[in-house]
Amino acid sequence: MVTQAATERDVVLRVNDLRTYFQTRWGTVKAVDGISFDLRRGETLGIVGESGSGKSVTMLSLMRLIPMPPGRIVSGSIMLDGEDLLQLSDGEMNRVRGSKIALIIQDPMTSLNPVFTIGNQVSEAIAIHQNIPKRSVMEQALSVLRKVNIPAAESRMRDYPHQLSGGMRQRVVGAIGISCQPQVLIADEPTTSLDVTIQAQYLALLKELQQDSNVALIFITHDFGIVAKMCDRVAVMYAGRIVEQGSVRDIFNRPSHPYTEALLASVPRMEEDVDRLYSIEGQPPTLHDLPPGCPFADRCQYVMERCREEYPTRTTISEGHDASCWRLI
Amino acid sequence: MTTANAIVPESGAPASGGNALLEAVGLKKYFPVTKGLLISKTTGHIKAVDGVSFELRPGETLGIVGESGCGKSTTAKMMLMLEDPTEGFIRFEGSEIRATDAATRREYRRSVQAVFQDPWSSLNPRMRVKDLIAEPMVINWEISRSEIQERVLKLLNDVGLSAYHANLYPHEFSGGQRQRLAIARALSLNPKVIVLDEPVSALDVSIRAQIMNLLKDLQAEYNVSYMLIAHHLATVRYMCTWVAVMYLGRIVELSPVKDLFANPSHPYTKALMSAALPSHPDTVQEEMILTGEVPSPLNPPPGCHFHTRCPFAMDHCGVDEPQVKEVGPGHTVSCHLF
Ligand SMILES: Nc1ncnc2c1ncn2[C@@H]1O[C@H](COP(=O)(O)OP(=O)(O)OP(=O)(O)O)[C@@H](O)[C@H]1O
Ligand SMILES: Nc1ncnc2c1ncn2[C@@H]1O[C@H](COP(=O)(O)OP(=O)(O)OP(=O)(O)O)[C@@H](O)[C@H]1O
Ligand code: SF4
Ligand code: SF4
Ligand SMILES: [Mg+2]
Ligand SMILES: [Mg+2]
Repeated sequence: MVTQAATERDVVLRVNDLRTYFQTRWGTVKAVDGISFDLRRGETLGIVGESGSGKSVTMLSLMRLIPMPPGRIVSGSIMLDGEDLLQLSDGEMNRVRGSKIALIIQDPMTSLNPVFTIGNQVSEAIAIHQNIPKRSVMEQALSVLRKVNIPAAESRMRDYPHQLSGGMRQRVVGAIGISCQPQVLIADEPTTSLDVTIQAQYLALLKELQQDSNVALIFITHDFGIVAKMCDRVAVMYAGRIVEQGSVRDIFNRPSHPYTEALLASVPRMEEDVDRLYSIEGQPPTLHDLPPGCPFADRCQYVMERCREEYPTRTTISEGHDASCWRLI
Repeated sequence: MTTANAIVPESGAPASGGNALLEAVGLKKYFPVTKGLLISKTTGHIKAVDGVSFELRPGETLGIVGESGCGKSTTAKMMLMLEDPTEGFIRFEGSEIRATDAATRREYRRSVQAVFQDPWSSLNPRMRVKDLIAEPMVINWEISRSEIQERVLKLLNDVGLSAYHANLYPHEFSGGQRQRLAIARALSLNPKVIVLDEPVSALDVSIRAQIMNLLKDLQAEYNVSYMLIAHHLATVRYMCTWVAVMYLGRIVELSPVKDLFANPSHPYTKALMSAALPSHPDTVQEEMILTGEVPSPLNPPPGCHFHTRCPFAMDHCGVDEPQVKEVGPGHTVSCHLF
């Protein structure tokens, strides 16, 4: 067991009560509504939740890339390495973005510019953040491409994105993400993933890079499989809030929020026969008109009267494992 | 499989079980690659499907898995008569469909329906739900309006929607509900087979189980057969009776689902399983990460298509094409190790 002081020192990112709202013609969409979590050096955090639960908005808030308007970070703090990103000027934030905290948006079709070569795009990412001669920029670009296992990297530098396979594009996007050795790397996973074999190569690569550099990783995903394979800790999001977080084994062995439990019971397993999957009825709620109380109430098999009246308070289940549900109180 | 006897409609029933409803025999689909604008010259062929045989029995589900581009959808399109096979044939209830008369082929088209991955594109946005579901019946059946209306309500009810939904347009539905509509429409003509091409992969996690359970319930009720194309091995384990693993246009392993997961035999099947994401952090997986990517179907490697990536490849794998071997009841593998 590490001492309290040691863990404190290891915290590289601390998000506290982050709220990001959007003004829309239906009213205020509370896309992220009071999120808090810590991330330690070398740790991998998975953020899971279904479409629209606020995963991407959380990460765009960390990067300060929320379109304003219609969006606005209403409150909270984002402490990265002792510095509150929400207090930085735009210029200061430009410096931090990409160099200390980087986002890999896993839609390689849109995150690479089709009209520039691979070499161009990787060196651009390096040149923005480091004041080094052009020659060494090119050398560094080549070396990150080699690091992400791009075969014949030298000649690939002159290729355009469309000349690469999906798996290679994904690795180039990864190369751009790690090019400035950030302390925090966020990977926003696509809904429909690449082929399993290509995905396995990519995940193995990310793990290797993490072991080399001790970067902290955040995986945004729908897929509990990715969480099981990659993550140390998990935060489950529903309707703009984290409803449960804990170590990966806490979440898989003792899911405590009914939503987490239901999600885990609704995915088929490759290793064993499942008689019948649990099916979560209904749809997630729309965020512009959330009823008071627990947003999962309409779909919850344990719903009680109190659930519809008041948002559940957070309960600690064990150290580092908590959930917000009236059933736990 | 050779094509010499492809025209003969009846032949000895293949190995397992008999009474196949639908059979694919030595199906191939080669797409010509052309060069030149005015006088185009064929410079090669994409061997999208390269000799595929399987059968489907009533009330069963055959899963087809394999990496992107291995020919799953092309196989499905041939089964749906949306593509003509370059070689090989399809037999339905014992007769070869292309050798039969127009009426039988029409009957075949009615009996084999499809549901695709993208519930957004497969439904005409300008039609109300009741007309969308009624359309196949209006075209194919001579029944009264009130009978059709009654059946539309029954179908909506079957897929977990209600009469209230009949007057809405597709854009008023969520992704999962739209997939329910596509299923209702596919069911409208009492098909014997439904081809499901990645039916849940575009849906949200919490909605996938709803649709999978619905498909299973409908199968139990109507004894319809499914041909299910999926990337996700766990989905296949949950849904299927049989599984065919495809690589570069060929089936490399075909097996009853239980046996495939208990005893995966082809090196490619093992690689797919070790690459699949675990369902628990403590799951121990064999580390067998394949290097490289699938070679081009324009110029597939000679011999065993998989030899360029296979960790067990032997000298003759790059020369001789492996034959189909039975390793268990109904469980066949094409690999020189057997
Ligand atoms: N620019 C915007 N204007 C208005 N609302 C927005 C905007 N961006 C996001 N939202 C809303 O914020 C909510 C959360 O969206 P977010 O993209 O974070 O979801 P997500 O969890 O990443 O979903 P997915 O898994 O589909 O990527 C959604 O309800 C979305 O409609
Ligand atoms: N109409 C066509 N003309 C030329 N090539 C085609 C055509 N349709 C498919 N192909 C090629 O045939 C091969 C098999 O394609 P197919 O769509 O059957 O793959 P798949 O297994 O369904 O892949 P995915 O998992 O990506 O859907 C691919 O290389 C594809 O590019
Ligand atoms: S608070 Fe109530 S409705 Fe919400 S998850 Fe807990 S039991 Fe279910
Ligand atoms: S035939 Fe040879 S190359 Fe092909 S899968 Fe078997 S061992 Fe590997
Ligand atoms: Mg997102
Ligand atoms: Mg396909």
